[in-house]
Amino acid sequence: MSDSKAQDRPLSPHLQVYRWEWTMLYSILHRMTGVGLAVGTTVLVWWLVAMAIGPGAFDLVQSFLGSIIGRLMLFGWTWALFYHLANGIRHLFWDAGMGFELETGRLTGHTVLASSVVLTVLAWVCGYAALG
Amino acid sequence: MSFKTPIGRVRGLGSAKEGTHHWWAQRVTAVALVPLTLWFVYAMTSLAGADHATAMAWLGDPRNAILTILLVIATFHHVQLGVQVVIEDYVHAEGMKIVVLMAVKLACVALVVAAIFSILKVAL
Repeated sequence: MSDSKAQDRPLSPHLQVYRWEWTMLYSILHRMTGVGLAVGTTVLVWWLVAMAIGPGAFDLVQSFLGSIIGRLMLFGWTWALFYHLANGIRHLFWDAGMGFELETGRLTGHTVLASSVVLTVLAWVCGYAALG
Repeated sequence: MSFKTPIGRVRGLGSAKEGTHHWWAQRVTAVALVPLTLWFVYAMTSLAGADHATAMAWLGDPRNAILTILLVIATFHHVQLGVQVVIEDYVHAEGMKIVVLMAVKLACVALVVAAIFSILKVAL
C-alpha cells in the first residue's frame, strides 16, 4: 500500500513540457473563455435585477455598458461566447466519436476561431445598426 | 480482467457513485444553450442602448421572459458544472477546494434565483 516510495512518483507533466500545437491553444481557450463567461454573465443578472428595481438602477447599468470600458468588456464577452459556443459544438462532435484525426482537429479548431471572429463582428454590426 | 464486483459493474456508477451524471448534465445544458445563446445575442443586438421602458416592454413579452428564464437556468447550471472541474483541477488543498466549490455553487443558485425573481417581477 502506501510507503515512502509513493512520494517519488512523477507528477502530471506541466504545460511547458509539451510541444506547442494548435489543438492545445484551442483547448486552453475553451477553458479560459468558459471561466471568463462565468464571471461576465453575472452582468446579465445585474441587468435583469436593475430592470426590476427601476429606471435609475437600469440607466446606471446601461451607461456602464455603453461606456468605452463597458463596450470593450461586452465585445470581449461576445467573442468569448461565440468561441465557447462554436468550440462547444466541436466538443459535441467529439462526444459523438467524430473528428479525432489530428489534421481534422486542427482544421475544426481553425474553423471555430474564424467563425467566432466573424460572428462577433456580425453581432456588433447588427448592434450598431440597431443603435442607428 | 476486472476487479469490480458484478453489482458494481451493473450499476456502472464508478467510485464517485455518480456515473456519467456530471458529464451528461454538462452536455444536456450545452445542447440547450446553442439555440438559447444565439437567440439571446440576436435579442441583445436589437436592444443595444435601450431605455428602461423599451427593455421592460421586451421582457414583458411572455416569449422573451420564458426564453430568458430558460437561458439563465441552463447557463448557470452549465457554469457551476464547468467551474467545478476547473476548481478540481487547480485547487489541491482539500479544505480550500470544498470552500471554493460550495461558494461557486451557492453563488450560482443565488444568481439564478435573483434573475428569475426579477424577470417575473417585470413580466407578471
